[in-house]
Amino acid sequence: MIEFTVNNQAVSFDGEGNTPLLWVLRDHFRLTGTKFGCGIGRCGACTVHIDGKAEKACTTEVSSLAGRRVTTIEGLAPSDDRLHPVQIAWIEEDVPQCGYCQAGMIMQAAELLQVNPNPSDDDIAGHMSNLCRCGTYVRIRKAIHRASGLLQEVV
Amino acid sequence: MRPAHSQPAERVDRGRRRFLVGGLTATGGFLLGVPLAHLNAAAATDATGGKIGFFIEIKPDNHVVIGVAQPEIGQGVRTSMPMLVAEELDVEWSKVSISQMPLGIVKTADGFTWKYGGQGAGGSTSVSDNWEFLRGVGATARHMLKDAAARRWGVPIQSCRTEPGVVICDALNERLGYAELALDAAALPIPDEPPALKDPSEFRIIGQATRVVDARDIVTGKARYGIDAELPGMRYAVIRRCPYLDGDVESLDDSAARKVPGVLDVFRIEGPKPGEPYLILATGVAVVATSTWAALEGRKALKVTWTRGPHAQESTDAFWNQAGELLSGEGQVVRNDGDFGQALGSAKQVVSARYQVPFVNHAPMEPQNCCADIREASAHIIAPTQMPSGASRAVAAVTGLPRENIHVEMTRVGGGFGRRLTNDYVAEAAMISKKIGAPVKLQWSREDDVRHDFYRPSGLHELRAGLDGEGHITAWTHRLASAGKYYRRADVKPEEQYAAELYVDDFPANIIQNLRVEWFEVPSGVPRGSWRAPAHTANAFAVQSFVDEVAHAAGLDPLQLRLSLYGESRELPYEQHGGPTYNPFRLSRLLSHVAERIDYARPRPPGRAVGIASHFTFGGYGAHAVEVVVGGNGELSIERIVAAVDCGLVVNPLGVTAQLEGGTIDGLSTALNLEITVEKGQIQQSNFHNYRLLGLKDVPVDFETHILPWGDTPTGMGEMGLPSLAPALTNAIFNASGVRIRKLPIKDQLRKALA
Repeated sequence: MIEFTVNNQAVSFDGEGNTPLLWVLRDHFRLTGTKFGCGIGRCGACTVHIDGKAEKACTTEVSSLAGRRVTTIEGLAPSDDRLHPVQIAWIEEDVPQCGYCQAGMIMQAAELLQVNPNPSDDDIAGHMSNLCRCGTYVRIRKAIHRASGLLQEVV
Repeated sequence: MRPAHSQPAERVDRGRRRFLVGGLTATGGFLLGVPLAHLNAAAATDATGGKIGFFIEIKPDNHVVIGVAQPEIGQGVRTSMPMLVAEELDVEWSKVSISQMPLGIVKTADGFTWKYGGQGAGGSTSVSDNWEFLRGVGATARHMLKDAAARRWGVPIQSCRTEPGVVICDALNERLGYAELALDAAALPIPDEPPALKDPSEFRIIGQATRVVDARDIVTGKARYGIDAELPGMRYAVIRRCPYLDGDVESLDDSAARKVPGVLDVFRIEGPKPGEPYLILATGVAVVATSTWAALEGRKALKVTWTRGPHAQESTDAFWNQAGELLSGEGQVVRNDGDFGQALGSAKQVVSARYQVPFVNHAPMEPQNCCADIREASAHIIAPTQMPSGASRAVAAVTGLPRENIHVEMTRVGGGFGRRLTNDYVAEAAMISKKIGAPVKLQWSREDDVRHDFYRPSGLHELRAGLDGEGHITAWTHRLASAGKYYRRADVKPEEQYAAELYVDDFPANIIQNLRVEWFEVPSGVPRGSWRAPAHTANAFAVQSFVDEVAHAAGLDPLQLRLSLYGESRELPYEQHGGPTYNPFRLSRLLSHVAERIDYARPRPPGRAVGIASHFTFGGYGAHAVEVVVGGNGELSIERIVAAVDCGLVVNPLGVTAQLEGGTIDGLSTALNLEITVEKGQIQQSNFHNYRLLGLKDVPVDFETHILPWGDTPTGMGEMGLPSLAPALTNAIFNASGVRIRKLPIKDQLRKALA
């Protein structure tokens, strides 16, 4: 039995310890916002925060999570009626096309802004390794700059 | 990629508006849609409570729900389709929400017809095909609301007008909200004559920058894709498919797999025999389990050996050799204008080049998946599909069930690009559900998706032009040896296979008088299908590269040569998809625009240069200008991209911009790095480590898009932003480095050439 928290709720999992967090979230906890893209940690569609750091859920074995804190896209917003600045910026810049990769993108961008509240284009290029097949990168870049501005307004 | 070509089409009922009825919702709202009597049994008992089938629902609180019949694959139809309805209905866009409609087909004496109009995402047709129809739906509802108000006030309907959400009679100084009229309107007959539509100058919604309607759901993880669907009591399944093209299971030892915790069943899945049409792609072994991970672990524990099949000797090198040999002979002449041979013989200068375009994988971010519940007399399918009628046909083929008893629900789709025009994964899920007698969710891995696809056809293009010594092209030929996408299609005759590879009215047909187009079939066991802008991607690369090569050989400027060939504004015949005519001047207009934006004429230092290209795709027009720097060792830096599109009247500028940005990046990604290769009858690539999609870091910051509207009707937009990018890029590379890239993808060719 592995106990940890997901979006500030205590959870437990008593299946195989080598099950990737991705499938635990999706099949067992029915948190389907975290997406399956490649299974080898290359595309970032499954990006979640573990103890505040962006990690690939598809290559994170659930056995490594005992006592740790997982945040998924469903838990990123401070409340139902108040979105995270990255989410707001994503809507305002009209980023999504098919939208499938965007949860991972947003989790990756939220981490970037946490460590670097005012990233340059180069900083964004260096951090945003997630893949988007629709090619929303131009608007992702704009949205991260916009979110950076929103964060500074809040402060 | 037009649905009618890719699948036997449903017969479209041109009088589909006659299906419309007004009605009352349970909560006292007004419903305009299709009567329940037209719905099949499965749909009518669906949990959505009889709301299925509506186009418009006006709620008592004045909110409006608009049904979308088309699949949303990221092309933005869940935003653009309702905009058409809302415009003519005359409501505030902020009061509109959206509901996805399921597949709607109606059994007739001689087959099936559409209930809500054609449903499918292919060929960039959603906006253009529904432009009149969906505005007509909105106008019909508005007419009925006005009629209801006029009767209540005892005035002629002509004295009533609307403002968003209200009917107004100026003479009486009266106004009533739509919701207050809903009860009355629901009882009125549909007007016999379709009401007049607005003049574009009156549009309040069409043409406005409108954000993706599902954006909030997407950014909070609530949007539902196929992979997120569930059926009560469902099992999870994966399939180990034969890695050899048309190979088979030789031996299977599933003893270890069956011991994996959670594994419930293991059995063979029969694929098509070599050469047969594809219902599914390959023979394989299915593993059914209590979770996705258990199924994947079970699959890992399978011990399978395979027979290598009839294509065991196939390789990419052999493919190119064979294509080259074919081009030295005579092919199928599919267009022959004037006297090409005579014109070439008397030319003062002849230019010739060959271009190579590889197989590529669709690689949508959401791997294939499908939920299927096959019962004795009915079936329920939830699938991310571009072609829900194809899903219905696939399930009928697997189960023998009558199609009217197969209920197909569409989810948001995590990318289409043509992959999900084919419903092989739906057929597989149906096979598994039927076998186990329980609902199932079939999940493909990324490896499954890269190794088993209907790849974009690969081909070798030979172009040759003759010039008269004064800079006029007098003869032109395009000869293509390719593995055609109509491979193994039961409904396409051998002599018609070329039609998916070469669109014979494409530029420069009807412009260069002596013109010959020839096709050669290269045998291959690689499955092929429609990949975004199908043959346009390959042909635009070959033709637009060659125009530059001709210009350089003749000492002409590539932009001026194009402008003089495209000529004055006029319609030229175009019998393929996107016709019946096209106007090459619209390409000139775009080219002039991107050339000006990128400062085409400005001299640049050695190693830095721009390239341009333009192409007409399925009714829309695109052009690109790209500025690159090529370093002394062949390092390529893409400094700037200017993209422009003319898609007629613009319905949603944000949607058009997204498609243009995305299409351009798709073009860049594919041109730079993407190819599928074959060795010993097996696909060599397997995941994103060796099929490397472009990342954000490789997209230049200096990236601008321009929309140049034209006329008062829209064309599609899903595919037009892609084809001209690759040749604009390789033309720029040549201008910067002197290295002509004639083989895609570019990969490390520049480094090798300049080392």
